[in-house]
Amino acid sequence: MALNAAGRDIPDFIEGYGKTKLFQGAFAVKPDGRKAGAKLRCAESGCTDKRVADIKAAIIASGLKSGMTVSFHHHLRNGDYVVNMVIDACAELGIRDLTLFPTALFSVHNKLVEHIKSGVISRIMGSVNGPIGRLISEGGMGVPVVLRSHGGRPRAVMAGDVHIDVAFIAAPTADKYGNICGSQGKSACGSLGYAFTDAQYADCVVAVTDNLVPYPASPISIPQMYADFVVEVPSIGDPAGIVSGTTRVTRDPLRLLISRYASQLIEASPYFQDGISFQTGAGGIPLAVTAFMKDAMIKRGIKGSFGLGGISGYFVDLLKDGLVEKIMDVQSFDPEAVRSIGVNPNHIEISADWYANPWNSGAAVNMLDVVILGATEVDTDFNANVNTEADGALLHGTGGHQDTAAGAKLTIIAQPLLRGRIPCVTDNVCTITTPGEVIDAVVTEYGITINPKRKDLLDACSQVKNLPVVSMEELAARAKAMSGPTDPVENTDRIVGVVEWRDGTVIDVIRQLA
Amino acid sequence: MLYLPGNNPNMLTRGYLFGSDGIILDLEDAVPMREKDAARILVSKYLDLGEFGSCEVTVRINGVDTEYWKEDLAAVLPYKSLSGIRAPKVDTPETVKILDEEMSAIEEKNNIPVGHTQIFCLLETANGIWNAYDIAAASKRVTAIIPGGEDLTADLKTSRSYEGTELEWSRRMIVIAARAAGVDPLDTVFPRITDDEGLRRETEFIKQLGFAGKSIIHPNQIPVINAVFTPTEQEIEKALKIMRAAKESAARGQGAVSVDGRMVDAPVVKRAEYVLQRAGITEVD
Repeated sequence: MALNAAGRDIPDFIEGYGKTKLFQGAFAVKPDGRKAGAKLRCAESGCTDKRVADIKAAIIASGLKSGMTVSFHHHLRNGDYVVNMVIDACAELGIRDLTLFPTALFSVHNKLVEHIKSGVISRIMGSVNGPIGRLISEGGMGVPVVLRSHGGRPRAVMAGDVHIDVAFIAAPTADKYGNICGSQGKSACGSLGYAFTDAQYADCVVAVTDNLVPYPASPISIPQMYADFVVEVPSIGDPAGIVSGTTRVTRDPLRLLISRYASQLIEASPYFQDGISFQTGAGGIPLAVTAFMKDAMIKRGIKGSFGLGGISGYFVDLLKDGLVEKIMDVQSFDPEAVRSIGVNPNHIEISADWYANPWNSGAAVNMLDVVILGATEVDTDFNANVNTEADGALLHGTGGHQDTAAGAKLTIIAQPLLRGRIPCVTDNVCTITTPGEVIDAVVTEYGITINPKRKDLLDACSQVKNLPVVSMEELAARAKAMSGPTDPVENTDRIVGVVEWRDGTVIDVIRQLA
Repeated sequence: MLYLPGNNPNMLTRGYLFGSDGIILDLEDAVPMREKDAARILVSKYLDLGEFGSCEVTVRINGVDTEYWKEDLAAVLPYKSLSGIRAPKVDTPETVKILDEEMSAIEEKNNIPVGHTQIFCLLETANGIWNAYDIAAASKRVTAIIPGGEDLTADLKTSRSYEGTELEWSRRMIVIAARAAGVDPLDTVFPRITDDEGLRRETEFIKQLGFAGKSIIHPNQIPVINAVFTPTEQEIEKALKIMRAAKESAARGQGAVSVDGRMVDAPVVKRAEYVLQRAGITEVD
């Protein structure tokens, strides 16, 4: 055991994970060596049609065997049929002991619990929540889950930490030779950003589509040279679960208050000027911050350069209104975003590698001025937890939290001080997902709390009349006074989750609930 | 002034954060009959232990025609955080006198200076509107009179329209009676909480009539009302100019002076003072 740079005690070796590398600081570890790669292969001579009859035929043709690693993207979100379809077929074919390497899982995948219990899936590297998270938190899996950020995942693949044997890519549109597009078809999901690395680095790539179009498909996100097989199925997903309805700005007064303060902080910062770039996501608070920022941008005649990350219709409107020049979209949240990415050249599809990988020659997050993030809890050192609930159970994937926090010049965590009676500001977070060194401010309904290391921001805020700046000590004391004392989470020593920092070092571990 | 349901701890705890001038902890219409006792206990605890920022704190008690009002007063008056009570359905000066007597007894018992707690009177019937001046002048405790919305409309045997035509005369009456009696006229609530434009229009109208403020039922209404009532920079600048000129003129022992070609006499100075008061400026350099 040794303390890492975030102050967490990390074992040298974790059963089912291997030898650990300690987190040394957000930017301390630099890469060396060369990229890993996919197996060299060529199309069958004379083959002009990569279609196979069904999922089982594709599994057999791919060479997938027990003990291998299969990957999936999560662009179909809670509407996805493909993960369940493939794992069910693997179970029927007697394939076991699989490592599941999804970019994220949703509640639609809860039936995987049965495949975990029966041994079809023995390991998950990716976010887990709901019943799967509960099962793993309670020790229902033999080896720990590995949680990586959106940028950490492609880094792990390129660095050879993870090797994908077969990537199953849900394809809203594909042609018979494996050209794949996300913005067209009845199951359109817009950007296919999370699938790019899998397509490039897997030994075998299977496109699963419910919209087979004549060759060549157009537009093309993932081109034919990466796809080995194409499977046509009746449906890859439920459109109602793939994209949410039109995104509306919240009317919840508490969230509006927090959003107003966050927007005021951005306005007070040196980044609120022509060319500002930002990522705000699609949640209630982030979207409201965007709405307040929009008003402020119009009032002060400021135009942004680009919006990044998960994109909603609200961002599309900013693009149409000329308030941002470009959108860089790794994930399209709603029908407006899906429509826009298909037709507007200024709405750019980017891969997770492009978006957030710390070990390439420059990810988009590095160009980001401002990001608004949430967290389950933040501690007095500004460390943030997005992985576990206050009761210690696995709750969320890391998403782009670490990457955007590390990349952006101003990282704001905006959240209510309490959720119900659970304090969101504590002395010590249950799990460190993102270290306080890359978090600049926490905004709650009680005001703006600046990380003391950002003296420039403190000075900027002091120049603005009536900006409610609250110290972290005051905020934590208030949370404690309002919630009363909370019992510590009771864990066993067994590790059920490993939280990697985006560079592959271990920032924290999650232990089995007692 | 923002109404907060007296039976909702979450709203009571955070209500002061939203930027209203005051909060009204409601024991009357927002609280179902079966929760009257619980809400009374909750509100009294909150008055004892809660935070209020810079908000003026009042409690809307149940009407004197109910069995609750005396217990309401006894539960809330002892706390220093309380500025006043909002009394519903005040129809006559006698209602004020009944409240006054009961409040004096409670204040005396709790070693609070008698007369300390103010009364904000809700005039929710035609009779109440007709007696507006007498109610406003019935006790030194009366600080403001407020027209009813729904109840008054019902008593007038009409319905609430989008334009608020049915309340127009009552509002004018309230302003005149309040100003004549030296108390504040405060307006009733705007019930459509998602209609920001309608709220803005109504607030501009009642401000022009002479109201000093407006009651609200949702925090999202606060920015709209503040935007209407907060003087613009030009208004503040003009008021400061008037006050400076009046100050200089008084120092020289002169009477009326001229600012930007307009005569500045006592009423103009008074209006300028009011603008600066609304802008939170207490001193003129």
